[in-house]
Amino acid sequence: MAKRIEVSGLTAYYGTHKAIEDITLHVEPRSVTAFIGPSGCGKSTFLRTLNRMHEVTPGGRVEGKVMLDDEDLYGPGVDPVSVRRTVGMVFQRPNPFPTMSIYDNVAAGLKLNGVSYRKSELDDIVEKNLRAANLWNEVKDRLGKPGSGLSGGQQQRLCIARATAVEPEVLLMDEPCSALDPISTLAIEDLIDKLKSQYTIVIVTHNMQQAARVSDRTAFFNLAAIGQPGKLIEVDSTDRIFSNPSVQATEDYISGRFG
Amino acid sequence: MTYPNMTVRRTPIDPGRTTLRPPKLPRWATAALVVGSLAAGATVGLVGRLDSRVQWGLIAALVFVAATYGLSAAIEGRRYAKDRLAAILVWACFVIAVLPLASLVWETVARGVPGVDWYFLTHSMNGVLSWQNGGGIYHALLGTVQQVLIASVIAIPIGLLTAVYLVEYGRGKLAKTITFFVDVMTGVPSIVAGLFILSLWIMMLDFGYSGFAGAMALAILMMPIVVRSTEEMLKLVPNELRESSLALGVPKWRTILKVVLPTSIGGITTGVMLALARIAGETAPILLLVFGNQMINGNVFEGAQSSLPLFVYEQWGYGTEQAYDRAWAAALVLIAFVMILNLVARGIARWKAPKTGR
Amino acid sequence: MPATNKNTTTRLGDRVFSTLSKGSGIALLVIMAAIALFLAIRAVVAIREDEGNFLTTFQWDANADPPVFGIAVLLFGTVVSSVIAMALAVPVAVGIALFISHFAPRRLATTIGYVVDLLAAVPSIIYGLWGALYLVPHMTGLFLWLDQFFGWTKVLAYDGTPARSLMTVGILLAIMVLPIITSVTREVFLQTPKANQEAALALGATRWEVIRMTVLPFGRSGVISASMLGLGRALGETMAVATVLSPSFLIDPSLLESGGGTFAQNIASQFKEAGGTGRDALIASGLVLFVLTLLVNGAARLIIARRREYSGANA
Repeated sequence: MAKRIEVSGLTAYYGTHKAIEDITLHVEPRSVTAFIGPSGCGKSTFLRTLNRMHEVTPGGRVEGKVMLDDEDLYGPGVDPVSVRRTVGMVFQRPNPFPTMSIYDNVAAGLKLNGVSYRKSELDDIVEKNLRAANLWNEVKDRLGKPGSGLSGGQQQRLCIARATAVEPEVLLMDEPCSALDPISTLAIEDLIDKLKSQYTIVIVTHNMQQAARVSDRTAFFNLAAIGQPGKLIEVDSTDRIFSNPSVQATEDYISGRFG
Repeated sequence: MTYPNMTVRRTPIDPGRTTLRPPKLPRWATAALVVGSLAAGATVGLVGRLDSRVQWGLIAALVFVAATYGLSAAIEGRRYAKDRLAAILVWACFVIAVLPLASLVWETVARGVPGVDWYFLTHSMNGVLSWQNGGGIYHALLGTVQQVLIASVIAIPIGLLTAVYLVEYGRGKLAKTITFFVDVMTGVPSIVAGLFILSLWIMMLDFGYSGFAGAMALAILMMPIVVRSTEEMLKLVPNELRESSLALGVPKWRTILKVVLPTSIGGITTGVMLALARIAGETAPILLLVFGNQMINGNVFEGAQSSLPLFVYEQWGYGTEQAYDRAWAAALVLIAFVMILNLVARGIARWKAPKTGR
Repeated sequence: MPATNKNTTTRLGDRVFSTLSKGSGIALLVIMAAIALFLAIRAVVAIREDEGNFLTTFQWDANADPPVFGIAVLLFGTVVSSVIAMALAVPVAVGIALFISHFAPRRLATTIGYVVDLLAAVPSIIYGLWGALYLVPHMTGLFLWLDQFFGWTKVLAYDGTPARSLMTVGILLAIMVLPIITSVTREVFLQTPKANQEAALALGATRWEVIRMTVLPFGRSGVISASMLGLGRALGETMAVATVLSPSFLIDPSLLESGGGTFAQNIASQFKEAGGTGRDALIASGLVLFVLTLLVNGAARLIIARRREYSGANA
């Protein structure tokens, strides 16, 4: 049931500043698409336009189309709350709700459904998502403890479980490993690989090896100069981007000549 | 690690979620509801012969809240209805709070302005009876300025040094105790500070009423505010600054005096001025210790004086129209005095604020 | 904070300066201790002279011979008016704080935040003047209405006389403490980690649900301690009560009709007529007020300290 995303002519602003300009690309369902590029090129901004989180920032504004299968996320009458319910997000820094237990963190999104669950039903969903996030064995004995007591990597997996618990169609990940150590990073990458059979996954990363390891397709973003809007340079299968990109700038970036 | 028979996906858990376009109340719905509720309020008011427009308004407000919630719950669902309800209530809180506070400012300005002129500012109440027009606040202004200045002379050094101790030297139990009691001292009611000086200075040491006695009580109220704000400012000074100065061989006390304090002087000044504004409006300790005087007494160390807030209280107490007029006029001057101190303080804070990348 | 290195020989300047600053800190402690001590000395004298029961007597004739006085009415009035003030002010303050932090357009929010801070600086005598000359006459309508529907409860009975009652005092105190509670609460709400609010949004929460899930739990202890600070002010407020209340030493069942008294108001109103024992008696009542505010403020500080501990995970 994972959905396809098709973006056309998307431009995003912060107030009067144009952050990204005229981006057109599509994201395949049940696959991992990585966004790479130098800092400030707008890849995170772009990611946040895909679940209408960009407009939460004061002054944030978007032009263009984002089609989720056959519905435009920015069409008239579209409810941003429903969009975010359908397109889940995992953030750069693990951000479990500090006042909630591990259990309640996973169940947090479900409680917003307006549907009341039986305790046993909720227990099942929590367990299933924690297992899917490869976290169950580590936390099953302390589900009632606060989520902030976990290690960084565990917290991030908890956040992934929290995002998957509401069964979104798409999962956006904004540099999910940048605050984590290599071992936790590996655990998350394993998890992404497992989740991709169920979800459309988009991941922003600074780490090119990571992009090469986890993604099927890679999009390279760049900006002409500081203060200029970021642009999509090219998007292609990950193999091709890393072996034989069609644009010189991509090759320069990947081979470490700048950025 | 994989779990056999473990799939992430389950049957759809939220049947209402099939669309990104849930039913929504149209934009004009709120306007329509406002008009409708006002009409309903007026109708009920007319039919029920309620003569208070306030009651009409309240009925209209209740109808608006109920109708919005009901309609939204029916069309958009309970979650969205609650969201709307919360927004309405929060706006209502804002309006409820603005009304009295705006009225307070309005009344003070409207009733105060006619009484304030040059004569009012430059004459005392000497020989003016409560039912007579005329008289002024010169003696009170003089008293307030003197008392506040003396209070600051006592409180600022102690406050600053205490803050320096807490941030730069303080360790262990003593510092913790001081911190705790500074906090507690912030909450000491002004009248209690007044009673303390009364029992020590006037009843025990047998001094008379004077501006100085009042200033001591004001100093007690001022100290913790100065300590608190200075402490916050000193904590903002980056440690690298201290270390680089110490590394140059500058002794610690000179580092504090020449590096730490100048760096945070803007914030400290702001804190001190806010504290000044706070004590300038205190009445209770002045009532107990300075006692009040209709005449000009320039000697802050001997004899009863007056002060602006005390003047307001006294004039209110006379209960005549003429005295009320004077009370409002003095209240306006007092508000202006306090607000100017505040605005200048905040101006300094903004001007001296460390530039952030915003 | 740089650690003092004990091995180096301290210079004279250093020693003088550190002694001075330490001395100031100690001076502060001494002042606090002196307040308690000197109030207690006079209070003991007063209570010895008291022919009534200091805690339960419904009377304040401290200048009479023999002096008879008790704080029952004052304690009742102080607590009741402060409780009314809190019950009215806290929900509204939380509402305004949310309005500033999450609902109002940004420009408006900044302006309102600024104005609220300024209002917190308005001297209490001005609230008192406004309360006595404007609020009291404007309460009559509301009180008559309350009497019409709830008069049978006795607590809300009203006879139409000027509304210089504990209820009016409570309302005025609520208006007075509103800015300070709002100001502190708003700061706490604004500190709610953005990461958590975005997490809630990304789960598909409405604005109210974001507030319920992140802002309110995060700010709960902040709201409590802000309320305690407000309560401390309300308990000790003198002038605004002294101008509005028409005091009496009876406990009237009706909160809407004149009568009652508070510690601070009683001190301000009786001071000028009080002689030797009379003053001691007032100081004794001041000591009770002092202890009351110490307890409330101490509790507020403890709550703040506890909160610092458990939010140390800086999520």
